[in-house]
Amino acid sequence: MNTFHADRAAAFLEDAPHAHWYDTAVWFMRSKRDHAAGAVAEWERLRDAASGLKAHALSDLAGYLEEFEKNAKANGIQVHWARDGEEHNRIVHEILAARGVKLVAKSKSMLTEECGLNPYLESRGLEIVDTDLGERIVQLAGEPPSHIVMPAIHRKKESIGELFHEKLQTPAGLSDPKTLTEAARQHLRKKFLGAQAGLSGVNFALADTGGIVVVTNEGNADMGTSLPPLHVASMGVEKVIPRAADLGVFLRLLARSATGQPISTYTTHFHGPLRGGELHVVIVDNGRSQILAREPFRRSLACIRCGACLNTCPVYRRSGGYSYSYLIPGPIGSVLGPLRDAEKHGSLPFASSLCGSCSDVCPVQIDLHHQLLALREEIVGKGLLPWTKRLGMKLAGLVLRHPTLYRLAAALARRTLRSAPGLVQIGPAATWTRQRDLPEPPRQSFRELWKREGA
Amino acid sequence: MSSREAILSALRKAAPPAVPRPAAPEGSRFADPVGRFLESAKAVGGEAARVPDRAGLEAALRALPVWAEARKKVSLVPGVGVSTVDLAAISDPHQLEGLEVAALPGELGVAENGAVWVPGTSLGPHRAVFVITEHLVLVVEAKDVLSNMQEAYGRLTLQRPGYGLFISGPSKTADIEQALVIGAHGARSCTVFVVG
Repeated sequence: MNTFHADRAAAFLEDAPHAHWYDTAVWFMRSKRDHAAGAVAEWERLRDAASGLKAHALSDLAGYLEEFEKNAKANGIQVHWARDGEEHNRIVHEILAARGVKLVAKSKSMLTEECGLNPYLESRGLEIVDTDLGERIVQLAGEPPSHIVMPAIHRKKESIGELFHEKLQTPAGLSDPKTLTEAARQHLRKKFLGAQAGLSGVNFALADTGGIVVVTNEGNADMGTSLPPLHVASMGVEKVIPRAADLGVFLRLLARSATGQPISTYTTHFHGPLRGGELHVVIVDNGRSQILAREPFRRSLACIRCGACLNTCPVYRRSGGYSYSYLIPGPIGSVLGPLRDAEKHGSLPFASSLCGSCSDVCPVQIDLHHQLLALREEIVGKGLLPWTKRLGMKLAGLVLRHPTLYRLAAALARRTLRSAPGLVQIGPAATWTRQRDLPEPPRQSFRELWKREGA
Repeated sequence: MSSREAILSALRKAAPPAVPRPAAPEGSRFADPVGRFLESAKAVGGEAARVPDRAGLEAALRALPVWAEARKKVSLVPGVGVSTVDLAAISDPHQLEGLEVAALPGELGVAENGAVWVPGTSLGPHRAVFVITEHLVLVVEAKDVLSNMQEAYGRLTLQRPGYGLFISGPSKTADIEQALVIGAHGARSCTVFVVG
């Protein structure tokens, strides 16, 4: 598959009205975030505190994970450790298989997407139902999520109506979000009642109390983990925070940054299993310790997955989630993807104007645009830039280093563009002129004017 | 080496120099937390009202259509509301399916976002009660309404082992074209009564 962001974005932009609608829809989220952030007087100081707390936690992850494990065990939680996605999937499957689980109600977790848990379990005969409405929509459609908070934001309601008609046997032609949501509620309620286990992600793991916190608006994680006796929660090593009381800071930022809500509907603190049941927490590294070791990129591990950097990004809004080759799109995904696989995701750090808006809205102050720039250097250093860009840069470097060559090239360009302006509308130059005209080239250069005026 | 040891040792090796723990800013306080709480609880899609005392609460609950009209209902608020479902007689939480309304006591309310802290002990024998019910009623004392989440974490009790959650309004989703729809998987309505 073509992993090159610009090519995928070009395909997305072919449907211009849809692209415009998408831009507007995502910007709406950003506007709600601004409104919510503006209503909190101490917003910037909360960001300072959240950033500092994460930096502090990241400087002693091993210590805090040990503290978490000790306290979680005392609460009756079973803790597992997985070096990579494969080990994570194996552990989860073993827990489920040993208890004869056939149907699993799953709530949203980007980590399990990263590990490829669903296909792993499905290929072993289990039915995994994604229960977040947006995730269920993309699961039924056989698509990955296109946004980390709004997985189906790229889909119009009419297309969801068609999908439900086909997969859930709803009447044809439904497009009212309320009716569609009700249909999904009825469908998923049956799944919840039939599931023998609930799977979830973890928003925060609390070192001092040994608990985990899961946040949803729909209540799907709560339905999925309150009926069956078995709950398996997967977390990256970076999810641990020192104290439960630190949630006072993080929760004030999370939902406001994500959707503009003052808090999500359900913020559930699990400090032990359901009565008579089991709660397992799987702690996953999968490359995170390698990111931690790299100073310029360490802070990307502070991410609390709010999606604000996606919503504000002019490139994300105008290219859609599927233009990104990594499963997390937008600025944070453009950092995390290449750190995982620079070759496959090498175009992502260039899918940015480096405007810095992502860093400005980030509730934990990740310096995203600096990291994107640093990654560009790495990708160039590794020789992973496409040859067109390499050649272009080489030529530009050559011309700019030699004044005579520069003057010659400029004179040539002035003359050519005057006599054949159509030249810039074909070939590689066309990407610059598709939506804007070049100014008329001057007859003389500044240098020539200066000479003639005899200054 | 076990995965646990391998991960911990990799994290130790990769760890940056110690970063001290920062101080968190004071959260803004509201002059009238209860008034603000009622506003917030409505803004998140719920209903909210203040009642003077327990008798007022009983009257308000009886006057609430989702409570009055329900046939299968349960109240875990001490001395308030007549339950028609006995949670203790239910052995499997799946049997709660069909419950129309549950009234639950909250430990504290948060003015900035309309959230109510509901400890596991408020949920009776089956914690699913708050999410499987079609409608939800929460009760919180006026003296227990605080301004913000930082204050809330300073006050609330985390039972260990145990369970607890913040509930802010009814279950909702905006996953279809960002249209807000109330009643995704959990309660279709959330009414909060502040007593006192």
